Amino acid sequence: MAEVLVVVEHSGGEVKKVTLEMLTLARELGTPAAVVLGGPGVAAPLTEKLGEFGAATVYAAESEDLDGFLVAPKAAVLAGLVRSVQPAAVLLGSTQEGKEIAGRLAVKLDNGLLTDVSGLDADGVATQVVFAGSTIVKSRVTRGLPLVTVRPNSLTPTPAPASVRVSAVDVVVEQSAKLARVLERKVEPKGARPELTEASVVVSGGRGVGSGDNFKLVEELADLLGGAVGASRAAVDSGFYPHQFQVGQTGKTVSPQLYVALGISGAIQHRAGMQTSKTIVAVNKDAEAPIFELADYGVVGDLFKVVPQATEEIRKRK
Amino acid sequence: MNIVVLVKQVPDSSAERSLRAGDNTVDRGSASNVINEMDEYAIEEALRVQAAHGGEVTILTMGPQGASESIRKALSMGPDRAVHVLDEALHGSCAVATSKVLAAALGTLNPDLVLCGAEATDGRVQVMAHMLAERLGIAALTGARKLTVDGASLTIERQTEEGFEVVAASTPAVVSVWDTINEPRYPSFKGIMAAKKKPVQTLSVADLGIAASEVGFAGASSVVVQHSKRPPRSGGRKVADEGDGGVKLVEFLASEKFV
Ligand SMILES: Cc1cc2nc3c(=O)[nH]c(=O)nc-3n(C[C@H](O)[C@H](O)[C@H](O)COP(=O)(O)OP(=O)(O)OC[C@H]3O[C@@H](n4cnc5c(N)ncnc54)[C@H](O)[C@@H]3O)c2cc1C
Ligand SMILES: Cc1cc2nc3c(=O)[nH]c(=O)nc-3n(C[C@H](O)[C@H](O)[C@H](O)COP(=O)(O)OP(=O)(O)OC[C@H]3O[C@@H](n4cnc5c(N)ncnc54)[C@H](O)[C@@H]3O)c2cc1C
Repeated sequence: MAEVLVVVEHSGGEVKKVTLEMLTLARELGTPAAVVLGGPGVAAPLTEKLGEFGAATVYAAESEDLDGFLVAPKAAVLAGLVRSVQPAAVLLGSTQEGKEIAGRLAVKLDNGLLTDVSGLDADGVATQVVFAGSTIVKSRVTRGLPLVTVRPNSLTPTPAPASVRVSAVDVVVEQSAKLARVLERKVEPKGARPELTEASVVVSGGRGVGSGDNFKLVEELADLLGGAVGASRAAVDSGFYPHQFQVGQTGKTVSPQLYVALGISGAIQHRAGMQTSKTIVAVNKDAEAPIFELADYGVVGDLFKVVPQATEEIRKRK
Repeated sequence: MNIVVLVKQVPDSSAERSLRAGDNTVDRGSASNVINEMDEYAIEEALRVQAAHGGEVTILTMGPQGASESIRKALSMGPDRAVHVLDEALHGSCAVATSKVLAAALGTLNPDLVLCGAEATDGRVQVMAHMLAERLGIAALTGARKLTVDGASLTIERQTEEGFEVVAASTPAVVSVWDTINEPRYPSFKGIMAAKKKPVQTLSVADLGIAASEVGFAGASSVVVQHSKRPPRSGGRKVADEGDGGVKLVEFLASEKFV
């Protein structure tokens, strides 16, 4: 069976969940092979986990050059690998970096590209959810191999232990791929909460939360549910919560098991980022708020009364 | 500094958007068409760089006849001129073909700096800056929330999953911007009047040395085989808080095994 290349998303020495989802998906299409692109020593701590989810081979491309520049060197190495192993498909995460590598790869190979894919059949037909979650599109690459970026939380990763072979990839990066130099990389403490796009529970606050201080209510409920915190654009623009937590059209797309919207009206651009959540719960004092049109359970009421009571009740039950 | 700003016309994201039944392309009649929101931030940034460093700002759009309305709107913010790549053959273009056309048009314009949005609200493919940089052999700095221009050196700050990073390159380069970078100006009455007289050059794909078979449906590298409306979510239970709203909420969460 031909290999299916899965470009590994990782952070702080750990494999991200979307990678495990991609390995699970890859098994339907061929033999999964993971590709790790990064600085020296990046692959070793990831290998065991990759094998656990079915990677028969880990292609380890390690070099300072892959770390010190934006995606161009990574795309160059990946293009070389695709040419030599002739995979059945290439999967990347639908994250900023995943899409950017995929974009360059598509041009290098003159290959079609499908982004934000939530499913891929063995015959190459992909499912994309577009237009704020309102439309489902079936599409396929017609030139080259299926090159897709997979949206996090599209499927449940399942282990399938394989014995891993690690194969070192030669990294030779041309000067022309080293034009965008990373001068500084700041890691902001992310605390104990799961990452927004990968979390199975997301609790978001909107303008109705009223202030940055009040977001403690949102955080408290999120922590009790083991979830991540999100925010509407109005909350972000008002300075209540940092931009990287914005959910929606111009923020993150999330697709958790449970989405809790607190003081969020449910504008179409907000829905764009959360409409495919499995279960949606809302608290809003306006009974006519559009968020109730999609909420599986809605409480019409003042969030400053409802939320503290809910957190207290959860504590009682624990 | 010679600056080109990429502007795409898209269906308004606050309206109900659809694909057409026949050919699965964007139904441009179902929602009003506007400038892709993030491109307005790119225009604003271009005007700020121009104010500080001089030079010319050109708008570049690939799109149907109706896109000329968005071009005029863009020009009314202050740019000097526009180029509109307009050709029946472009209908149905994938991102790969779009990048081929835009790269060829940029080739004729010789920019020091190309500014564009980080993503378009319709396709949300988020790849154009890197595709163009790849084709032109120049740098791409993407997702900027801050841009500093110092002679030929460009530095951006951008948000990452982990925090943020500072990235630098020399001109020529493509810089894509996020909506956190600035606050776009509103066109003034004077700007709107002036825009009517600004030059808009129309180019066909043949003018760019590209064959019609390389773009549109004929040259597409991917195809939509089918589309359907996702069944709208129906609201579930809605209860008014009568002093026990929090408890009821938790009861629901418990019944769904979240608590
Ligand atoms: C191109 C474009 C892109 C956009 N992208 C995004 C995006 O990515 N994400 C996003 O979220 N928005 C986005 N927006 C903005 C979007 O249109 C809305 O303006 C925004 O989502 C509103 O946020 P909100 O619901 O928090 O605020 P509002 O619409 O002001 O709603 C606040 C809600 O809180 C309720 N409330 C107030 N006080 C209380 C209380 N004490 N208890 C309970 N409820 C209370 C009110 O009844 C109201 O329903 C975008 C807009 C455009 C044009
Ligand atoms: C719902 C939907 C899904 C799609 N999915 C795919 C897909 O998976 N793969 C694929 O190959 N194509 C896809 N397309 C087609 C793709 O959107 C177009 O080819 C498009 O012109 C390029 O992608 P983008 O606008 O999404 O680019 P993005 O990379 O999101 O756009 C970034 C910036 O590039 C500039 N730009 C983009 N297009 C133009 C233009 N025509 N003129 C001027 N500037 C422009 C703008 O400044 C924009 O802000 C899709 C289209 C739709 C409507």
